[in-house]
Amino acid sequence: MLDLAYDTPKPRVISGAKHDWELVIGLEVHAQVQSNAKLFSGASTTFGAEPNSNVAFVDSAMPGMLPVINEFCVEQAVRTGLGLKAKINLNSAFDRKNYFYPDLPQGYQISQLYHPIVGEGEVLVELGNGLARIVRIERIHLEQDAGKSIHDMDPNMSFVDLNRTGVALMEIVSRPDIRSPEEAAAFFTKLRQIVRYLGTCDGNMQNGSMRADVNVSICRVGQYEKYQETQDFSHLGTRCEIKNMNSMRFIQAAIEVEARRQIALVEGGGEVVQETRLYDPDKGETRSMRSKEEAHDYRYFPDPDLLPLEIEQSWVDDIAATLPELPDAKKARFINDFKLSDYDASVLTADVESARFFEETATGRDGKITANWVINELFGRLKKEGHDISASPVSPAQLGGIIDLITSDAISGKIAKDLFEIVYTDGGDPAQIVEDRGMKQVTDTGAIEAAVDEIIAANPAQVEKARANPKLAGWFVGQVMKATGGKANPKAVNQIVARKLNG
Amino acid sequence: MSIDVETAARVAKLARIKVEPEALPALAQEFSAILGFIEQLNEVDVEGVEPMTSVTPMRLKRRVDVVTDGNQQEKVLANAPDAREGFFAVPKVVE
Repeated sequence: MLDLAYDTPKPRVISGAKHDWELVIGLEVHAQVQSNAKLFSGASTTFGAEPNSNVAFVDSAMPGMLPVINEFCVEQAVRTGLGLKAKINLNSAFDRKNYFYPDLPQGYQISQLYHPIVGEGEVLVELGNGLARIVRIERIHLEQDAGKSIHDMDPNMSFVDLNRTGVALMEIVSRPDIRSPEEAAAFFTKLRQIVRYLGTCDGNMQNGSMRADVNVSICRVGQYEKYQETQDFSHLGTRCEIKNMNSMRFIQAAIEVEARRQIALVEGGGEVVQETRLYDPDKGETRSMRSKEEAHDYRYFPDPDLLPLEIEQSWVDDIAATLPELPDAKKARFINDFKLSDYDASVLTADVESARFFEETATGRDGKITANWVINELFGRLKKEGHDISASPVSPAQLGGIIDLITSDAISGKIAKDLFEIVYTDGGDPAQIVEDRGMKQVTDTGAIEAAVDEIIAANPAQVEKARANPKLAGWFVGQVMKATGGKANPKAVNQIVARKLNG
Repeated sequence: MSIDVETAARVAKLARIKVEPEALPALAQEFSAILGFIEQLNEVDVEGVEPMTSVTPMRLKRRVDVVTDGNQQEKVLANAPDAREGFFAVPKVVE
């Protein structure tokens, strides 16, 4: 793997009325495990089903029903841990987190407070321009998701759907290593990229498959370094937790707003109280979730329905052996093998499908030219129509065919774009299209010369001007290109026009 | 450790169990007695002793990742005091 050297980004500093303040941020990311059935029941995890149709009696907490763990969900958590270079705990256990809410029929959530399945790991968070930070992962635990309450279908009632109840979640907890709103978003993006590479979470934020709770505190300049040396949290400010955000934009805005609230509070002589807050994007503020505070006493205890979860190292090794190439490694390889820029490699490895498309197209071809065509033409065109790469009407073989025609000088860059458009909308073999439609570049100097002569003869006034001012030669080049339907080799046209005008 | 009336009231509230104020002192006393017993257990030195999770050695039972259950909306909602359009309908709960 290529060794990429990065500089550490500077923490975000916000100037208050009296002092400069730095931000300290930690994330708890809830990632829904990609599985067919729920964590402890045989009901389906499919999104968007009829309300309360994906519900087993275990999920609706009928008396006497007992949870039986879905082994694949455990495997997915282990796989995620391995992808984050984390310690896998061969012995973990489940606890009950007790609280009452209509969408939690058990009256408790089965979670892993004391003995999580995954321990410490790390994520490389890149911020572009050669900046990156290693954010440490504290733990990942498995837990049940809750159901969904809908509040806007009736003025006096809330409607509860238990389809999501009991679906497996991984809670991925970071250390407070994140120092700006941008880094928080970049960390979330990177986690999402990794779990999608691993196939352990679909990363669909709109459906709530990935959402984050963000812990924010402020500290005076220099305090964070003291915390780092000692790992003693007393050097940092009191944190507030902003709950349940499922958009990068909101995560960043909420951190910004919350930090400013804390700064104003502290500088005004007040004190930050540790609490759970909600971000209101309409009002651009965070506010206390007082009801949550009341219930914050979760009275955890080991779940008596579930034995400890013991897994074998050999099983973990088997999972490790099936891990795909992960984003950091793939990016380094693309930079190395295809001579791509850091930026292009990042764009092309953002998701597995794009990377696969690029690699298939670039193999045996020029990496940089291929990268340009994939990123600028193909991605640009797909984006215009709101498609992602999996819906691309152009295959790697077709795009490769277009690139071959360019690099062999058979067609000009301009014609290549027309050709791409034809292949994109109508399909077909690029070489055949060029043949059938006579799109081949005219490199025959005789033919180009004839066209130049014709235009020079027809425009004596322009010739005079161009002889006085060589910059006007471009007009002739344009006319020749027009006359040849854009098929003339531009380089050859430039040379011939220059020679004829000066001759 | 002794439990006062306020703590007993709080525990009752968290458990959503209605306890009349006049019953609280007796409840607090009961809690204290239970905790007294636990404290007695705490005197046993269990340093280095693995917690026993079952009498006979047993492995946590696993299931395979196959959908085997669900599609029983009517049954799931059968005991609900109120259900509409496939949802449980409950008094408005909103943050």
